[in-house]
Amino acid sequence: MSAPVAHALELRGLSKRYGSFIAVDAVSLRVDRGQFLTLLGPSGSGKTTILMAIAGFVAPSEGAVLLDGADITGLSPERRDFGMVFQGYALFPHMTVAENVAFPLRVRGLSRADRDARVRGALDLVQLAAFAGRRPSQLSGGQQQRVALARALVFDPALLLLDEPLSALDKKLRAELQDELKALHRRVGRTFVNVTHDQEEALSLSDQVAILNHGRLVQMGAPEALYERPRTRFVADFLGKSNFLQGTVREVGATGMALQAGATRLVQAGAAHPAPGRPALLSLRPEKIGLLAGAETAENEVAGTIASWAYLGAGYSLSVRTADLGEIRVALPAWRAPIAPREGLPVRLGWAADAAVPVLEDADAA
Amino acid sequence: MPPDAVALPAAAAPRAGWALPRDAGWWALLLPAFLLMSVIYVAPILQVLAISVTEPTTGLGNYERLFTSIGVQRVIGTTLRICAVTTVIALLLGYALAYVVALASPRAQRWWLLGVLLPLWISVLVRAFAWVTLLRRQGLVNQGLQGLGLIDEPLALVWNEFGIVVGMVHYMVPYAVLPMLAAMREIDPRLLAAARGLGASRLMAFARVFLPLSAPGLVAAGVLVFIFSLGFYITPAILGGGKTLMAAEWIKLQILDLVRWGMGAMLATVVVVAILTTLAVFSRVVNLRRLFGGGH
Ligand SMILES: Nc1ncnc2c1ncn2[C@@H]1O[C@H](COP(=O)(O)OP(=O)(O)OP(=O)(O)O)[C@@H](O)[C@H]1O
Ligand SMILES: [Mg+2]
Repeated sequence: MSAPVAHALELRGLSKRYGSFIAVDAVSLRVDRGQFLTLLGPSGSGKTTILMAIAGFVAPSEGAVLLDGADITGLSPERRDFGMVFQGYALFPHMTVAENVAFPLRVRGLSRADRDARVRGALDLVQLAAFAGRRPSQLSGGQQQRVALARALVFDPALLLLDEPLSALDKKLRAELQDELKALHRRVGRTFVNVTHDQEEALSLSDQVAILNHGRLVQMGAPEALYERPRTRFVADFLGKSNFLQGTVREVGATGMALQAGATRLVQAGAAHPAPGRPALLSLRPEKIGLLAGAETAENEVAGTIASWAYLGAGYSLSVRTADLGEIRVALPAWRAPIAPREGLPVRLGWAADAAVPVLEDADAA
Repeated sequence: MPPDAVALPAAAAPRAGWALPRDAGWWALLLPAFLLMSVIYVAPILQVLAISVTEPTTGLGNYERLFTSIGVQRVIGTTLRICAVTTVIALLLGYALAYVVALASPRAQRWWLLGVLLPLWISVLVRAFAWVTLLRRQGLVNQGLQGLGLIDEPLALVWNEFGIVVGMVHYMVPYAVLPMLAAMREIDPRLLAAARGLGASRLMAFARVFLPLSAPGLVAAGVLVFIFSLGFYITPAILGGGKTLMAAEWIKLQILDLVRWGMGAMLATVVVVAILTTLAVFSRVVNLRRLFGGGH
């Protein structure tokens, strides 16, 4: 990394309006070279629109797209030289696998010998060399996806754009190809920008995740950071599952604060200092809650009864009804479950002072 | 046609007593239409075939004229030439039109389609005479060109092959558009975006992706237009002014004016065989069922 430009791709205040409807609202972000960025958000949050603006198919209403510091906002798609995997792959049905992969090289005027060598390399990369002569219609979904990847990578683009590359596949295949995609990213060392609404995929693949809602960038960061320290209720809710505890700030100290929720007193670690008397919202992940047995104690304790439960193989999912905090969802590893759950069973829940995170209501964050 | 030939599907139907094949009912429903077609369509054609080998004497004498009569050969040559030119021009215009329609917004598509199909509701006769008024020596086109000073003498635009081709192309363009539009509509627009995204210019994306994918429609439209053109009668009769003879008018001349039934029937048979042969050849290349609206 000797170049003075650290960011491969940068969006500056990117907006897209359709009539009076704002599909993308002033999104600014940067991706470092070689990173894997995922745009994650619910349906209609503007992910595809942003990707298409990066690719050059959508002209932004405002803002700029920069590549290595150069403004490319006005450049036509074919001049941007980005690799692209489309939603549904968009393989050319009248061409064989090899011809599909050769297409970007052909339109760039490479000689036949060069083309053949590169196509072979790209097909080897995705382990499809044996299928070179087939038509896309003769391939399985997973194989088609890999052809699309080979086609997007064959001309060695600086940036690879992927629009829901795995969404058409069944769950098992998706997990397999997630691993492959990740390995591929490491091998080719290019910058990847991926779009998905599958939060597991986003967490497992990405170096950076940008969370979008209603066309706005809500939070961006490494997967762990987003999961452990969500800034808003939306992020906590969208990435994994979460309980939301509502309380009033009672005392504030140097290393934490105390909250009151009905008759229950909660202690919460953290350096944030809201004024006493203010409402506060905590996000508490189900897997950070334990069942307290006998004389066991925890920094935070609340009693309740099991309202419903489900066995999920790796563990149990309990819904515990409490007087002051509503229903609390608890994820319990099966090997550590001290009880056999049944409805109506009284239980005590416990969690540490640093288990929950204070988050903002979405309206306050805007 | 002998009546027992008609009974074939029904005879094949009952196998084990009451256990009719599932389709038997449908075949029975088709029977009346089948009978009607035999009587008013197939039978006359067979009769024409019969006349061509019996009038004026029994034998293949009429067909011999295909190889010996310059007049017959000239008619066939003219017909093939005009049909080929018409097909090529109608395909070019129709392709451009279908392309514009296929890429238009759904709303705009409806208006375009209406515009394309509108001429079909106007009588051939009216359209042919409209072209005569436009193209004749004192017609709008010649007057316009003279007014602009582009020509001194009026051009011979009608009562020749040029006039015939103009009228026939005008008639055939909608028939060329429809199969091509059907093929183009099946092309996933994302494929074009993919081509551009992978580095192809607009022109290259068209040449390497859109054109090959729309080729089946192009072939289908070509066959359809060519076959239709072979049987054209009114348009060439009016716009050709009796000087350029195409097959249909020549047949009419033989039968009604010269009362040479054998010769007329011979050429009619040749045209029918030519059409069936073309269909047979192309049914191996394109899916005819799809072309004529069946299947999906
Ligand atoms: N051409 C367009 N005209 C009008 N509105 C559009 C257009 N394209 C997208 N939109 C709107 O912009 C919003 C964002 O669309 P976009 O396709 O970016 O969503 P997305 O996040 O990719 O959703 P999904 O997960 O469903 O693919 C949507 O509300 C959509 O209806
Ligand atoms: Mg999308």
